[in-house]
Amino acid sequence: MLEIKNLVVKIADEDKQILNGLNLTVNAGEVAAIMGPNGSGKSTLSYVIAGKEDYEVLDGEILLNGENVLEMEADARAAAGIFLAFQYPLEIPGVATMTFLKAAMNAQRRARGEAELLTPDFIKQVNAAADKLSINRDMLRRPLNVGFSGGEKKRMEILQMALLAPSMCILDETDSGLDIDALRIVADGVNALRDKNRGFLVITHYQRLLDHIIPDTVHVMAKGRIVKSGGKELALELEKSGYAAYAEAA
Amino acid sequence: MAIVTPLKTAAEQVLAQQFANVKAELPGGGAVRKLREDAFAGFEAKGLPHRRLESWRYTDLRMILREAKPLAGSAAVTPAVRERLAALKLDGTRLVLVDGAFAAELSTLEALPEGVSVNGLADALVSQRDDLTRILSGPSVSADDSGLMLNTALMRDGVMVEIAEGTELDAPIAIVSLTSGSEERAIFSRSVVLAGKGVKATIVDINESVGPAAAQINNAIVFETGDESEVQHVRIVTRQQPESVQVLSLLATVGAQAKFDSFALVCKAGTVRQQNFVRYAGEHTEIGLRGVNLLGGTEHCDVTLVMDHEVPHGTSRELYKTIVGGEGTGVFQGKVIVRPQAQKVDGSMKSNALLLNDGATMFNKPELEIFADDVVCGHGATVAQIDGEQLFYLMARGLPRPQAEALVLQAFAGEAVEFVAEESLRELIMSEIEAWLGERRDSAVVSAI
Repeated sequence: MLEIKNLVVKIADEDKQILNGLNLTVNAGEVAAIMGPNGSGKSTLSYVIAGKEDYEVLDGEILLNGENVLEMEADARAAAGIFLAFQYPLEIPGVATMTFLKAAMNAQRRARGEAELLTPDFIKQVNAAADKLSINRDMLRRPLNVGFSGGEKKRMEILQMALLAPSMCILDETDSGLDIDALRIVADGVNALRDKNRGFLVITHYQRLLDHIIPDTVHVMAKGRIVKSGGKELALELEKSGYAAYAEAA
Repeated sequence: MAIVTPLKTAAEQVLAQQFANVKAELPGGGAVRKLREDAFAGFEAKGLPHRRLESWRYTDLRMILREAKPLAGSAAVTPAVRERLAALKLDGTRLVLVDGAFAAELSTLEALPEGVSVNGLADALVSQRDDLTRILSGPSVSADDSGLMLNTALMRDGVMVEIAEGTELDAPIAIVSLTSGSEERAIFSRSVVLAGKGVKATIVDINESVGPAAAQINNAIVFETGDESEVQHVRIVTRQQPESVQVLSLLATVGAQAKFDSFALVCKAGTVRQQNFVRYAGEHTEIGLRGVNLLGGTEHCDVTLVMDHEVPHGTSRELYKTIVGGEGTGVFQGKVIVRPQAQKVDGSMKSNALLLNDGATMFNKPELEIFADDVVCGHGATVAQIDGEQLFYLMARGLPRPQAEALVLQAFAGEAVEFVAEESLRELIMSEIEAWLGERRDSAVVSAI
């Protein structure tokens, strides 16, 4: 589903290389976790996959179902099935959450040549998805993410993921800033979307999230590349041994 | 000491000639006549406002008005005027000015709400009311403005609305100023709204052109609102020719324990100078001035405010949102004066601008003149680009760049619109904003192809 080959990336306006020949494959139906110390390039990887402009790709490719997405703008990647749940979701004052959700869903449908949603169908879908994530109706009427707590923002990301039904979901430190109850709600939301046709890339510092979202594979990232891959037991091993050994190996 | 005699520009010479020609026929009794003479003498001494005057620093009217157009005469009620009026779909009372002249036949005078009376300003000027001079003069901080002096000297017509004490209106009263635009004309008009004690009213003030010829418009609106009144003024300035020049003055004197709000949207309006002079005439009064300016091409919009806190316990809130594209220029000059006796004043002034490209310009100049020692006054002025993080967030959810930009801009402008209480007016304003953003978005899509 997602193939990343020899990806070399630097920050656009600086001479600072972040990813140094990264290789990674996530198959359909697979939940892959990426763990690694601060500064290893985990968030950069998520931004580059989603199409953020602040980076320059010096080498390599990112293929989604065999198609190179590097030439696409962020919106085209979203329509092609890539979804990034942000570590810090942005606040958009003045835009009601419902208005935003409808604009996003319809923009993707248009890009795929599908008919726009009828309002009653849209509202039904949103309400059903919101109930599962304990998001109340009042939150949906408020401006997007404005005044939301950390947990509310993360739940709103998962709500968007559920509604947009992407094929490749990237979760960037979705556990940061969550208490145990919020973590469980978010993890349940993610688990409900696990599907044989959908891939997940779960980026996290800690094992904790992976107790709730059990990964199929775990990759250790250090200094801009994957330095070790294994099964879910690798995450437990890391929790004991720490990242130091891997930073040296890189 | 050398005496400097400023050279008159061609436009100033024409204006002097015009005033000499028409002053005998302009409406008004002795007191009004004197007011006009004094105003024109003041104007002649100062000339057209220019960049060496601090209050006109960014809008050099002397340079902009290279020639003074012929004065507009009677209303030219063209089919386009009627079409536009029909399309406006305004609820409630509608008072129409065409080329600055009150068009009673286009106004809904037969169905005025109880407590409301309306006269053409020309009629009001010849009436014998003894408070005319005071009303027309407005707050003292406007006294030395030569743009306004010109209006006082040459005002021909307009509308005077009186709302009796205690009247609470259900629907807005709209003053629709249309420029016929069949010929290039100079229009000098003034309207007056007198709201008695406890009045609750909304005045909509629409300024548009329906013809191809660019106009020079000098229009003033005067508010005198009584104690415990709540009056909202909503101004929309749009659909003007790019070469048009407008000087729009707002003179407000607000009583005690009252609320007065003025909101203005300016888009597709050529060169616009808005100057708001506001005086707190009583204590415990809240005044809000807000606006949205959407500029492109070579458009220019100057918002200059003077809030005069003469008395204690006044609250003032200013919030202006300016989006500048093309080679446009935005200006915000806000001055809050707190006089020595005006303790416990609470003022907050904000001007936020977004520049969309390299050619766009914004001047932000907030000023606080505080002479009292127990006040809370603050200001904030920002000039920025569209937030790239917000844009990426929206695009990562599938919104194409032009649509994502439009949403971010709509949200930016919308913050000021939220203060318009009347829902139908908020919708009208947002629909104008969305149309402007839509045109911008569509042109972005075309250029991308």
